[in-house]
Amino acid sequence: MKQVIFVAAFAALSTSAFADDAGKYQAILGDCAGCHGKDLSGGVTLMTPFGKLVTPNITPDKDTGIGNYTADDFRAAMKQGLAPGGKRLYPAMPYPYYARMSDGDVAALWSWLQTVKPVKNSVDVNQLHFPFNMRIMMAGWSLFAPSSIRVSDVVGKSDAWHRGDYLVNGPAHCGACHSPKTMLGADKGPLTGAVLQGWYAPDLTSDPNAGLGRWSTADIVDYLKTGRNAHSIASGPMAEAVENSSSQMNDADLTAIAVYLKDLPASHGNGGPATGAEAQMKAGKDGYDINCAACHGPDGKGNALFPPLAANPNVLQVRDNTIVRVVLAGTRAAATTGAPTGPAMPSLGWKLSNQQAADILTYVRNNWGNRAPAVSAETVERIRGELHSGS
Amino acid sequence: MARLLPKKDAVIIGLGWTGSILAQQLTDAGLNVVAIERGPWRDTATDFNIGYMQDELRFAIRKDLFLQPAVEAMTMRNSLSQTALPMRDYGSFLPGNGVGGAGVHWNGHTWRFWDSDFEIKTHLTKRYGAGKIKDLQLQDWGVSWSEIEPSFDKFEYLGGISGKAGNLKGQIQPGGNPFESPRARDYPNPPMRMPYASALFADKMKELGFHPFPLPSANLSQAYVNPLGVRMGQCSYCGFCERFACGNYSKASAQTTILPVLVKKPNFEARTECEVLKINLTADGKHARSVTYLDAHGVEVEQPGDMVLVCAYGLMNVRMMLLSKIGAPYDPVSGKGVVGRNYCYQTSAGARLLFEDKHFNPFIGAGSLGQTIDDFNGDAFDHSKLDFVGGAGISCTVTNGRPISNRPTAPGTPRWGAKWKQATAEGYQNAMGFGSQGSSYPVRENYLDLDPTYTDRHGRPLLRVTFDFPDNDIAMSNYLSDQMEKMLKPFNAKYSAVSRLRKGWNSVPYQSTHNTGGAVMGGDPKTSAVNKYLQSWDVPNVFVIGASAFAHNAGMNPTGTVGALAFWAAEAITTKYIKNPGALVPA
Repeated sequence: MKQVIFVAAFAALSTSAFADDAGKYQAILGDCAGCHGKDLSGGVTLMTPFGKLVTPNITPDKDTGIGNYTADDFRAAMKQGLAPGGKRLYPAMPYPYYARMSDGDVAALWSWLQTVKPVKNSVDVNQLHFPFNMRIMMAGWSLFAPSSIRVSDVVGKSDAWHRGDYLVNGPAHCGACHSPKTMLGADKGPLTGAVLQGWYAPDLTSDPNAGLGRWSTADIVDYLKTGRNAHSIASGPMAEAVENSSSQMNDADLTAIAVYLKDLPASHGNGGPATGAEAQMKAGKDGYDINCAACHGPDGKGNALFPPLAANPNVLQVRDNTIVRVVLAGTRAAATTGAPTGPAMPSLGWKLSNQQAADILTYVRNNWGNRAPAVSAETVERIRGELHSGS
Repeated sequence: MARLLPKKDAVIIGLGWTGSILAQQLTDAGLNVVAIERGPWRDTATDFNIGYMQDELRFAIRKDLFLQPAVEAMTMRNSLSQTALPMRDYGSFLPGNGVGGAGVHWNGHTWRFWDSDFEIKTHLTKRYGAGKIKDLQLQDWGVSWSEIEPSFDKFEYLGGISGKAGNLKGQIQPGGNPFESPRARDYPNPPMRMPYASALFADKMKELGFHPFPLPSANLSQAYVNPLGVRMGQCSYCGFCERFACGNYSKASAQTTILPVLVKKPNFEARTECEVLKINLTADGKHARSVTYLDAHGVEVEQPGDMVLVCAYGLMNVRMMLLSKIGAPYDPVSGKGVVGRNYCYQTSAGARLLFEDKHFNPFIGAGSLGQTIDDFNGDAFDHSKLDFVGGAGISCTVTNGRPISNRPTAPGTPRWGAKWKQATAEGYQNAMGFGSQGSSYPVRENYLDLDPTYTDRHGRPLLRVTFDFPDNDIAMSNYLSDQMEKMLKPFNAKYSAVSRLRKGWNSVPYQSTHNTGGAVMGGDPKTSAVNKYLQSWDVPNVFVIGASAFAHNAGMNPTGTVGALAFWAAEAITTKYIKNPGALVPA
């Protein structure tokens, strides 16, 4: 096993520590708690395409946290992915995005982090297999990864758009999940949707089918603020992102994000007609009426509690990972101050065969005006296998 | 020595309907609140999964969600001359267990008691003279209709109750219950859609000149967002309601209405699988210091608090007061003492009808789905020529067509074999029924106390229930059976029968989990254990909240009134008590 990386032999440096709302807000924008845990003591396992990473302790504990960091150390970690001693961080730490943050915002975050309660929690961060356990590899990765993110020099856009650009591509690091990755883990096709930890983080472009083309700016704000809106409901990793981060952002920032996303050019790649699925559609309707209609409605429109399936982007992604997973394993929606219920989708994997699940999902993806590729029993079988193996 | 914890502003015993409402209101007022719950944590998403909730064997037959006698049993008898014995299993009534309490597995009938109930002695004396009720221990509740009405409203809007107003500020509303007391506004949701049996019942009742209306229901007719922002689903009429938790977020309970908000509050804490043994008083017995409980590991813990709110099931509330020596125990011989006084139940009978050519589709069911007439309830009808007071609502509800326990057959059908199978196949689509749920009025000899012999697993005396149906209530119920006999005619059923209640309450067959009284509210400390704000007369920093406070039971399900009393007590605590702790009513 590899050594904990953040044990560093630097002299302790005392920094002024005071409760700093501005810094705390930066932690919310950056969703530090999402990966480092509510108390920021780390130990959260991240499944990356390359293997398992366990997040480090970023509380000011001197032995197991970052209590020995200097402000400069912290800035280098945040913006260049360099730990003290020159070690490269894995870009699961989204420093390619944090590189967009201003030094002032990073400094504010640093001073707030020092006010957090120190927690002793020693974390074995690197559980990757060779060759990805070799940090030297990260030099190349880091070289590629930030290329898609540049400080905006676009002209003719509103202040809100620029703020949204900064948030989406900076601290909020939306692309870390929603942008497809190159072989080397860098983003490609920004925010057009990507597979992530067994889910499919949906297309955020203005594509009217799979993307946010049918959502108003207010719909996006509503979703980010409460975890739900008239079209969809956040679950899985996005439920955590909403609970820990976006639900606590201020309305101006949420509007800025919405303005920016609404301006993204449509991906045009996602969605598409179902092919050869007539028999599946018929079988799927029966399965839907029996298993799904009680909550989502016979018309697929949902209600004040349960999300609609008609025109719900999660249903319409080109890749069906999320919906297959949700049907097989169930999930739980975000619970926020604005929408505290956090309703659950039950696991149906024990009662539906692969073919039945595929039929129902194909029906859902191609009914009520929806259109998206059919789901095959083979896909359901594969995802069922992944769920069983815990990957 | 018990482990001593830091003091809280309020310690709540039991996290069911009343505990949740009190916790919500008190934390909103800024108090630090801990709720100590004997049973497990239960949540819709993790414990009431819609994928397996409809398991009749597990939940309805094996009673998975209920209190088990190994945890707490009771002894029962019909009269003072008998020796009470502990039951081996709960039967006649089924208390809940765990977070949400009996509010998890209730049906959802959500009634308001009437203005005449809260002032029952005054009302009946004025109308019929004191002689009419001389054999009954009826007494006013100490609270007026205009005081309590807003609390009913709060509970109905919390739970998204589906119904139709019958009396809006004194104006009778067509289609609603014309006998209800005036309400400030209508229910938050429209009535449920009626199944065939209930619609047929309503038609026939109208023909007979009665006033059917949709039973007010906590099974929601449509999706709803309550005042706390908690969202509820639309009832799917699945027929798995009573004895089951709702997997669909569509039956009002602590889980579906309050807990999502409450559990997020930094000034609220729930400790589950922690059983409170007693409330500890100061040496003079006039102030509660703390509660002692056993935690999930059996460790004894003392939790001090400025206030103790007793919010368990009504019967357990009474036992907790007796065990903690709060208030004088009631003595049925002298009629003195208050704790255990005026224990009441429910007085019911039913009509069964079997047809040949119907398609009732009983699988389209819900706990609180049906039509009711209140023409014979309470004091809606003239009792001057009758030998009783009180009455019953008559309801036709379609709760389920579940395969194990819903097997209606004609009389004379064998209990097993090919003929039984054929009869159940014929009966399934052709059976309907309606029933009278009658008032239960207090008499001197019906009461609760601690059993002199039997103890629980911690060595504490069990609660002893001494109860039989009073003559007044038997007369009432038989009168209702007579009325139901008359109502059968227009149905033209092939077979029909009406049951008649007799003396000799039996604790074995299920009847009703509507146990009321024992720590009743009132204006006189000689006849009530708690004042009009549900505050103990003897220990003013103890409030006892639940059906235990009912001075009698009406011909209605109690939960609506329990919820109202919880809001009423919470308002008294947050607006009066915390500003000036002490007795809110001079004794």
